Amino acid sequence: MATAFSAPKLAAQPFNTISPTSQHKPLISPTAASPFLGSTRKLLRLSSSSQLNLRRRSSGSVFAVSDIVKEKKSTSIPSLLITKEEGLELYEDMVLGRAFEDMCAQMYYRGKMFGFVHLYNGQEAISTGFIKLLKQQDSVVSTYRDHVHALSKGVPARAVMSELFGKTTGCCRGQGGSMHMFSSEHNLIGGFAFIGEGIPVATGAAFSSKYRREVLKEADCDHVTLAFFGDGTCNNGQFFECLNMAALWKLPIVFVVENNLWAIGMSHLRATSDPQIYKKGPAFGMPGVHVDGMDVLKVREVAKEAIARARRGEGPTLVECETYRFRGHSLADPDELRDPTEKAHYAARDPITALKKYLIENNLSGEAELKAIDKKIDELLEDAVEFADESPLPPRSQLLENVFADPKGFGIGPDGRYRCEDPKFTEGTAHV
Amino acid sequence: MAAIFQGVGAAATLSSSPSNSFVPKKFLTSPRRSFSVRKVPSYVVVRSDGSVNFDLNSKSRRAQQLVANAVATKADSSAASSSSNPGHELLLFEALREGLEEEMERDPRVCVMGEDVGHYGGSYKVTKDLAKKFGDLRVLDTPIAENSFTGMGIGAAMTGLRPVVEGMNMGFLLLAFNQISNNCGMLHYTSGGQFTIPIVIRGPGGVGRQLGAEHSQRLESYFQSIPGIQMVACSTPYNAKGLMKAAIRSENPVILFEHVLLYNLKERIPDEDYICNLEEAEMVRPGEHVTILTYSRMRYHVMQAAKTLVNKGYDPEVIDIRSLKPFDLYTIGNSVKKTHRVLIVEECMRTGGIGASLTAAITENFNDYLDAPIMCLSSQDVPTPYAGTLEEWTVVQPAQIVTAVEQLCR
Repeated sequence: MATAFSAPKLAAQPFNTISPTSQHKPLISPTAASPFLGSTRKLLRLSSSSQLNLRRRSSGSVFAVSDIVKEKKSTSIPSLLITKEEGLELYEDMVLGRAFEDMCAQMYYRGKMFGFVHLYNGQEAISTGFIKLLKQQDSVVSTYRDHVHALSKGVPARAVMSELFGKTTGCCRGQGGSMHMFSSEHNLIGGFAFIGEGIPVATGAAFSSKYRREVLKEADCDHVTLAFFGDGTCNNGQFFECLNMAALWKLPIVFVVENNLWAIGMSHLRATSDPQIYKKGPAFGMPGVHVDGMDVLKVREVAKEAIARARRGEGPTLVECETYRFRGHSLADPDELRDPTEKAHYAARDPITALKKYLIENNLSGEAELKAIDKKIDELLEDAVEFADESPLPPRSQLLENVFADPKGFGIGPDGRYRCEDPKFTEGTAHV
Repeated sequence: MAAIFQGVGAAATLSSSPSNSFVPKKFLTSPRRSFSVRKVPSYVVVRSDGSVNFDLNSKSRRAQQLVANAVATKADSSAASSSSNPGHELLLFEALREGLEEEMERDPRVCVMGEDVGHYGGSYKVTKDLAKKFGDLRVLDTPIAENSFTGMGIGAAMTGLRPVVEGMNMGFLLLAFNQISNNCGMLHYTSGGQFTIPIVIRGPGGVGRQLGAEHSQRLESYFQSIPGIQMVACSTPYNAKGLMKAAIRSENPVILFEHVLLYNLKERIPDEDYICNLEEAEMVRPGEHVTILTYSRMRYHVMQAAKTLVNKGYDPEVIDIRSLKPFDLYTIGNSVKKTHRVLIVEECMRTGGIGASLTAAITENFNDYLDAPIMCLSSQDVPTPYAGTLEEWTVVQPAQIVTAVEQLCR
């Protein structure tokens, strides 16, 4: 069982970013092992200096991730990576994530939810692989693609669906929406619409944990924070600033990069001078690990080590998960730029199918049991939609609530009373 | 409703009048103490070139007697001197530090984050020696990454701590605008009330002594539209300590604006624990002819102009609005109803500044009581020049205030 931190095969490989497509001459010899399929059409217009870079990289040993998987299977593994219970838990969580997102798409096209909705199809292995290892008191910070992180963390599907429908029974009372999922009970600290702005918040949550342990002397406080974000965020200043601070103070945080190669229509390779994000970890003094994000078991192994590291007080880790989103950036995205070959390549590596195969081949479970789980999830979602449908919309009186934790913040009105005491205020009709 | 005013009641430690009805004016008497005539007066005199002198020696004491008459408030001075406790004298930055230190002792969750707040003691010494006392984690020296450490403060606030984030200069907080606007202001709302953000963001701003354009910014106008935050500006050691403490104790995110030139003001403040209400304005000098609304450093220019005005026979009412967001419309309204003339004096830029908002608020609420259009004196819409003369002309000077009052009261 490869631990991702001790001379990991995966982390050491430079990935070759070139793959010949039918339309263009390849930059390097087609005999080089092919690999990681980024969208190559744009890449061939890069300047010569970056071509040199790529060439240099390709001289290292390159392994296709799929080759590694095959290799793993062929060597006899004495012990399995998971138990049956764990396997079923992972399977159920991923199926929940997938089915939920599919249901979201349906509901969106039926006019039940509006605005920007970003679906997580294809990336379930990361959410499940990481979050299922956490305790309730550990925190998760996400981005706008946060439905599945919320579900994995334990927020009920009903609450998330209601929130998407904008109903008052939603996890944020309908005030947040798709991009702002919060749950204080489950320690889901967002849900952020601007990329990168959640990372400092996650760093703050990790700082709290360290503060509790060292200043407030709560000796058993070992809460870990996970910050999820994408490849586009890794070019943002907040990312680097937080890598620095987290490593500097050895904060109990894991930075999880969900590298799905695309930031809306911007290919990661077109946006980033050095696309290998995991290498940016050691530059700040923390380990950087690259893992196949389509394989929940591999993600889980890496996650175990990273989370354990943070819990022990050894500081942060940067984990880059190579993954793919099967749908467009959001439900409004026509998704025209991505190469169908690329999509097909990753569709073949669907994490749920892969886990299912693993469970069956290793006799951890059978078709029937897994189908039963599928059915259970379907029923759960039907219930969630029904619940959301039947929930009331927020009343007018809710408009001015929650703007301030202490509503005195609205100030003193001309009559000398605090505005929040004005009955029109509680009705939501006061003008503040 | 008595519970709400507990904090407010603490501010009026001196008066024993009942506080079960909301009478903000009562509490506005306390801060005048620096101007009331007592055994050991300490005065702040703002000269026309904008420099601040305090604690004058005996030679000018005679001049002070005249000054005292000009600025002493007429009503309720008994409240100020009824306390047997002599209080202690300190400078404004020390008052801020005292407030911060007391709150840190009171609640172990209060922590400070900022550049050079720890070992260096703060660029204006507001956090001097706090790191030695409370440790490096509680008084955290951050790298130069305003957006991220403000966000970190917000994340820490959401998970149970009560951070005080210092911007070395308020202008640097422009880099933190993303976090302040999106996260600080909004997260309580978008999370449906699940997370509170009891953070205090503070720092020195305003036009200093030839600091150049970028170090002389007034950010109150930029932040005022952000829903979900409160903004207060301190101007005396008394209200600096009181506002600092109130801000730390508040569950809302509060931005506390200090001014670079006011850090060395000296005043005698009470020994006992007190806070200043975050939403209230401060009556500096009651009067009859015109209401002058001001805040922060301009308060001293106004008081300087007030001396001249009194000698010319005017009786200006000076209110330090203190709470920049939200406005204390009760105090302001009562004043407008009395004097019917309003002059706003601010250091903010003319366009979209605090004065502009205040003008709109007063017009909306008290239009019938106005005998003349509201006059607003603001800084010029100019990046603050380096040259001393030019810098002087960008901000409002006492002479301009005198002229404005004369014009208003014609």
